[in-house]
Amino acid sequence: MLNFLEKNLPKIVLAPTTIVMVICMYGFIVWTGLLSLTKSRMMPQWDFVGLDQYRRLFANPRWDVAVDNLFIFLILFIVIALVLGLLLAIFLDQKIRVEGAIRTIYLYPMAISFIVTGTAWKWILNPGLGIEKLMNDWGFVGFEFRWLVEQDMAIYTIVIAAVWQSSGFVMALFLAGLRGVDENLTKAARIDGASTIQLYWHVILPLMRPVFFSAIVILTHIAIKSFDLVQALTGGGPGYASDLPANFMYTFTFNRAQIGLGASSAMIMLFGVLAILIPYLYSELREKKS
Amino acid sequence: MNSFKLTKYNIGRTFIYLILIFFAFIYLAPLYVMFTTSLKDIEEIRSGNLMALPIDPTFYAWKKAWSSACTGSDCNGLAPYFWNSVRIVFPAVIISTIVGAFNGYSLAKWKFKGSEFLFGALLFGCFIPFQVILLPMAKLLGMLGLANTVTGLVLVHVIYGVAFTTLFFRNYYVGIPTELVRAAKLDGAGFFAIFRHIFIPLSTPIFVVTIIWQFTQIWNDFLFGVVYSGSGTQPITVALNNLVNTSVGGKEYNVDMAAAIIAALPTLAVYVIAGKYFVRGLTAGAVKG
Repeated sequence: MLNFLEKNLPKIVLAPTTIVMVICMYGFIVWTGLLSLTKSRMMPQWDFVGLDQYRRLFANPRWDVAVDNLFIFLILFIVIALVLGLLLAIFLDQKIRVEGAIRTIYLYPMAISFIVTGTAWKWILNPGLGIEKLMNDWGFVGFEFRWLVEQDMAIYTIVIAAVWQSSGFVMALFLAGLRGVDENLTKAARIDGASTIQLYWHVILPLMRPVFFSAIVILTHIAIKSFDLVQALTGGGPGYASDLPANFMYTFTFNRAQIGLGASSAMIMLFGVLAILIPYLYSELREKKS
Repeated sequence: MNSFKLTKYNIGRTFIYLILIFFAFIYLAPLYVMFTTSLKDIEEIRSGNLMALPIDPTFYAWKKAWSSACTGSDCNGLAPYFWNSVRIVFPAVIISTIVGAFNGYSLAKWKFKGSEFLFGALLFGCFIPFQVILLPMAKLLGMLGLANTVTGLVLVHVIYGVAFTTLFFRNYYVGIPTELVRAAKLDGAGFFAIFRHIFIPLSTPIFVVTIIWQFTQIWNDFLFGVVYSGSGTQPITVALNNLVNTSVGGKEYNVDMAAAIIAALPTLAVYVIAGKYFVRGLTAGAVKG
């Protein structure tokens, strides 16, 4: 008996986590999936109506706006954060004297919650008293900046705040990657007469491929999950102009008592993450095997 | 003194330094704005601008944000919610870290048939959008009688934090030579003895990384907080959001900013004190995933 216990200790140690995982992750996903096939409103109920909720979801203009916003946000957020992070990393990698201090400054926003970030930027972008007034006071009379309250522009304020928060992190990823580049390679390229720009473009950037890859996956993940930032910065407004899918899900599930519809939007979010995650994990695993 | 020659090299270096310093200002500006705004009175906020230093600094906004600002219907400031967060964060961090250490140790050094699969299945938990588990979890908490309680929030954070803590410990322990385990086994040491005497003494860095990661994640959480807390048990992020969106009387931006800094202080302090480990957690959780 004791021998059996001793032999199976690792399994016994992992058992609670396994059980909780099966229930609270996979079981719950199935539960939400099933719920999305019912006509539940206030309370879960199990009248199955097939894909009706998904049809309603795709016909809902508010969901359309949320998905469009997600694409705008995703693309701008990822591209700007990547470019900025990479450039800052390359500049910081030039044997800069106060590198440690600068790195600390670039990265500190990552320690702050999206709620705080949203609150701060909401004030900075305040149409009457924020940047607009600052620019006017500095002599740029007539300068206008009221994206926060403009339907078509509110989503871009989310991009600004998210880039501010996350680009330092991308910088740290690239910096770690750059430090891992074999010096002999750069020396060889120098001897072959490559200019600095050629060196980075033809030798170093191709080596950063895995970093690009992880950074994109992480940023996508942050973007799809962004809920707090929208909630704090624009509240999804004006109207619902800056909603993201996560905010749509929350509003319809918890404020509007449409939990069937909310569940279907959650499932679409999951499929979105899977569409990015599965190729990523697949290529990671293949790399490890070869 | 070295004479500064205007060479191409020097121009390039100067340009790089200028860019780096410019961006340092950009990253710091919001913190500067928050802090200076929190020290101004509302008159000065209206007449001055974002970058202006406070003429007559006052701690009025800080006092109000801490103890008497309205967060929705009650007006006790952020203090009670700050302590809620503390009461959520500490147990959740400790439990999830310990569970993660044991899990990671088992998965890294006591592989069995299916253990890799189990790890993969768990890893998936780091990536799911939590929206897919929000509703059933609310139902489960209700069934357990933990709806709207601090204990319920601790439980949720432990459950969904363990995927990360396990990942951290597993990846760290994989790097410890298996020969050590084999040798100890030959000496008759068992599962726990090996963990206690060989692994724990080597684990300080990964404990620090994991604790900082979990602390930051849970302190900064908003989604679970807003869904699973009641009126008296909200964490500070939810209270801050309520405070900013409550407008009884005029809008007091100075109080908003003081409140935001209060909500950010614990994680900022951790970052300043242990920045190295913070970065390592970010990249470990990210790159090795």
